[in-house]
Amino acid sequence: MKRQIPLIIVICMGFLFAAHTFIPHKVSADFYTWWQSWSKAISPFAVFLGVMSLFMVHSTKISRKLPNWQFSVITLAALVFTSFSGFMWGTMEGTPFMWLFKNVQMPMGATMFSLLAFHIASAAYKAFRARSPEATVLLVAAIIVMLGQVPLGTQISEWIPETSKWILNVPNLAAKRAIALGVGLGMTATSLKILLGIERTYLGGGE
Amino acid sequence: MSFEAISNFVAAILTLFIFSFLYKDNPFYKFAEALFIGVSMGYAIPLVYENAFMPFVYTPIFVEHKFIIIIPALMGSLYIFRFTKNLSWLSRYPIVFGMAIVGMGVPMSIHSSVLVQMRSAMLPMDNINTIIIFIGTVTILLYFFFSKAHRGFYGKVTNVGVWFLMVGFGASFGYTVMARISLLIGRIQFLVGDWLGLIK
Repeated sequence: MKRQIPLIIVICMGFLFAAHTFIPHKVSADFYTWWQSWSKAISPFAVFLGVMSLFMVHSTKISRKLPNWQFSVITLAALVFTSFSGFMWGTMEGTPFMWLFKNVQMPMGATMFSLLAFHIASAAYKAFRARSPEATVLLVAAIIVMLGQVPLGTQISEWIPETSKWILNVPNLAAKRAIALGVGLGMTATSLKILLGIERTYLGGGE
Repeated sequence: MSFEAISNFVAAILTLFIFSFLYKDNPFYKFAEALFIGVSMGYAIPLVYENAFMPFVYTPIFVEHKFIIIIPALMGSLYIFRFTKNLSWLSRYPIVFGMAIVGMGVPMSIHSSVLVQMRSAMLPMDNINTIIIFIGTVTILLYFFFSKAHRGFYGKVTNVGVWFLMVGFGASFGYTVMARISLLIGRIQFLVGDWLGLIK
C-alpha cells in the first residue's frame, strides 16, 4: 500500500489533468487552480532535501576524516554563513548577502563556466585528430558559424556571414526540427508510461 | 584600501583560484570549489524563503487565514522523511502530488514538440532550401529509427541524416564556444581592468 496509494494518486490526478487540457470546463479549471496553490505551498519544502543531503554528505566526510574533509568544513561554513546573512540582514542591494553574491558566487560561477572554453578547445583538437569526415563537417560548420558572428568573418570574405546564416537556417534547422520531434515523442512516451503506472522510478526504492 | 578595492580583490583571488585548475587539480581550486558550492546553496535558501515560502505558505495561512494551506504545508514537510529508513515512503506524497502534472504533459508535448514542428515542416517545396530542410528532417528521423538495421540503401539514407546532424551539432558547438569565450573575456577584463586597472 505504501507504493500503491501514491501510484493511484498520480494515475487519477494525471488523467484528470489530461482531460482538463481537452475539456477546459469550470470544474476542471478550478481543480487546476487548487492544484497550483497546493503545489506552490509544497514546493518550498523541497529545499530541505538539497540542504539535508549536502549536510549529510559533508558531515559524514568530516566525522570520518575522509580525504579532503577540510574542504567539507568550508562548504558547510559557507552554506551556513550565506543563508544566515540572508535571514539576518535581508537580501536587498548593499547587504552582506548581496556582497557575497556579487564578489564570491557570481565571479566564481562565471569563471567556472569560462573554463569550459579551454575544455571545448581540447575536445575540438581531439575531434580534429580523429580525421573522420563527420568530425571535419562538424568543425567546419562550427568555424563558419563562429566567424559569421564576428567582424573578422566579414573581413575575410563577404560569403562567411551569408554561409553562416544559411547553415543556421537550413541544415541546422532540419537537425533541430528532427531532434525536437524525437524529444517530443520521447516526452510523450515517458509521460504516458508514468500516467499508466509503468514508469515508477520516481517513487524511489524500498517498500 | 577602499571597500570596492577589497571586494574586487576577493573576487579576483577567487577567479584566479578557479583558473588554477587549468594547470592541474590543486588545493586552491578545491577551496574555491567547496566555497562555491556552499555559497550557492546558502544563496538559494533565503531566496526560496522569501519568494516561495512567504507568499505561498506563510501569507495564506497567517495573513489571509486560509487554514486549508496547512495541509499542503504538512505534506511538503514529509520530504524530510526521505532520509529515514522506516518512514521514507511518506516522502512519496509530496513527490506524486507534483508528478500528477504529467497528465497535462502528454497533450502539451504532442502539441508543442510534435504537431507544431510537423506543421512547420509541411511547407510547399518551391525552393532548394525547403527541399534540403525536408530531406534533412526525414533522414535524421530515419537515423533515430533503430528497429531496422542501418544497412544497404536504408543505411545510405540514414548516413545522410548523420551529416545533417553533424552540421547541426557544429552550429551548436560554435555557439557554445562563443558563449564560453565571451565569459572568459569578461573575467579577463575584470582581472586586467577592474582589479589591476591596466585597461580603462
